[in-house]
Amino acid sequence: MAGITIDRIEKKFGAVTALQQLSLKVEDGEFIALLGPSGCGKTTLLRIIAGLESQTSGRVLIGERDVSALPPRQRGLAMVFQNYAVFPHMTVYENVAFGLRMKGASDAEVKKQVERAAGLLHIEPYLERYPAKLSGGQRQRVAVARALAVEPAVLLMDEPLSNLDALLRLEMRSELKAVLASSGTTTVYVTHDQTEAMGLADRIAVMHKGVIEQIDRPQALYERPATRFVGGFVGSPPMNFIDLPVADGTARLGGFSSPVPLRNGTVTAGIRAEDIDVAEDGGLPFDVGVCEPLGATLLLTGRIDGQLARVSVRPDSRVRPGDRLGLTPNAGRIVWIDPADGKAMGAAA
Amino acid sequence: MSEATVSLRLRRVMLWSGIAVLCTWVLVPIYLIALGAFGGRSGVFRWPKNLLPWDSGLAAMQTFLAVEGVWAAAFNGAFVACLTMLFSLLLGAPAGYALARYRFAGQDAFRMLVILTRAFPLAILALPLTVTFIRTGLYDTPVGVALVHTALALPFTALVSSSLFMGIPRELEEAAWVFGCTGFQAFRRIVLPLALPGLAAAAIFAFVISWNEVFAASVLTVRNKTLTAYLLTVLAESPLHFRFAGGFLLILPSIIFIFAVRKYLFAMWGIANR
Repeated sequence: MAGITIDRIEKKFGAVTALQQLSLKVEDGEFIALLGPSGCGKTTLLRIIAGLESQTSGRVLIGERDVSALPPRQRGLAMVFQNYAVFPHMTVYENVAFGLRMKGASDAEVKKQVERAAGLLHIEPYLERYPAKLSGGQRQRVAVARALAVEPAVLLMDEPLSNLDALLRLEMRSELKAVLASSGTTTVYVTHDQTEAMGLADRIAVMHKGVIEQIDRPQALYERPATRFVGGFVGSPPMNFIDLPVADGTARLGGFSSPVPLRNGTVTAGIRAEDIDVAEDGGLPFDVGVCEPLGATLLLTGRIDGQLARVSVRPDSRVRPGDRLGLTPNAGRIVWIDPADGKAMGAAA
Repeated sequence: MSEATVSLRLRRVMLWSGIAVLCTWVLVPIYLIALGAFGGRSGVFRWPKNLLPWDSGLAAMQTFLAVEGVWAAAFNGAFVACLTMLFSLLLGAPAGYALARYRFAGQDAFRMLVILTRAFPLAILALPLTVTFIRTGLYDTPVGVALVHTALALPFTALVSSSLFMGIPRELEEAAWVFGCTGFQAFRRIVLPLALPGLAAAAIFAFVISWNEVFAASVLTVRNKTLTAYLLTVLAESPLHFRFAGGFLLILPSIIFIFAVRKYLFAMWGIANR
């Protein structure tokens, strides 16, 4: 068991900077998710931690040990790959045993660990089969069992669920969370799927263009995004961003007004789709464009003063496209964002 | 009968007639050579032909095999072919691995150059090669011939093995590194077992290239001739049925080998054959 310290890691591919002086501290036993769109550098960061990619500058510490210059095999970690990477010419048993065999563990030790890992992932019935005879979900279990069998100090996962179909993904997700919570392994989990990150992680680091935009607990991230990017990326539907004119410290549009931490100019209000009360009129004027019944809620997509907005209402609401509604956002849950730099403004100015 | 079933039936007819044409194209010459080889002096000119090659017995083939030098030449040819196989694998597979796994300056140029080695006609190289080989003591040795054959087979081995290694996901190797392997261990435990069938196929192609090559083998040897070179010198003055027998002996190993590795050849060219 060990924490991970990433100390001012920088990575350049030729003239392109993939990671900019990035620092991150993962506590011992913590499950942290690196979340971001493709090309944000999250996989590169994971591969640098693993030693599969070399950093241009900076240090990686696992526990107290500086592993920056060590090859992957000496870093004391295990990894689960996006396409599973189970060895096709070995049985499931030998796959799971691989790391232990490389460490030179005795046969009895190997057997014990393989059985333990196989039990955790429920793959005992397949131990003598070859991976070609397994489904994608089963292969992924093998890959996770292989990683857990070596009892790694650090477990790295690179979009391990993205190749599974939606139902299986949901099932594996909750199972993975239970298994990792019981083993208490420090885990870094790369994903572009925000629901996956929200559901699994103790903390989420949202990455964008090679920097960490925000790192926090999932709920805090959802409720108080530090930047416009985070608000738009985390949560489904994404946060609404409505530009409002400000005069004398008050933002005003239609029948809506609110004090804001700004004297004059324009402010962007970040509002979650479900943090809005809907009335016949008053508040922000909202023109309904599309109604999507999602079962648990009815999602309305429309425009406020020409700006795109989405609102979740009760599924039994009688709203039709073309209606005009009045929206009253829950004042305590609005995030005020400076439109110039996209950063959230302090609660009081 | 609906239009769909007609077109389906038509397509099936087309498929099978295509298969029939291809099989005939390959099999009829082999069949005729076999007839000539086993038929003896009279069999070559007889009409109508025997139905099966061995209808007139094995006597004619036995006579041919009893001719002095045939066995020695066949052995020589096989030895040279095995050496070629070995050399071209030892040199070609690492080159293929490098081409598949690393980006390096001049990679595309190298790929091109590998093929370009086939652009030099052996006839032009023959004289300088002979002179060099005599100087270095390689002239008239199996190793010498094998070296030239390796040069011929190498482009093939390098390019085929590069596509083989490209077909093995890099993640498998990375997983091996993460789980405790050095670079070499990962290659030996993961990459090599997966590439082995394809490498075997490439090796056997090298064998066949060498076994069939006649020009270099003729020019560079005097006493230690390979079977092709031997047949070329001897058979010019031989009766027709002897030539058939020689030809038959030449195609035999190739046919056996290609039959033995056909599964891997299919796999190599991405044709699913399960």
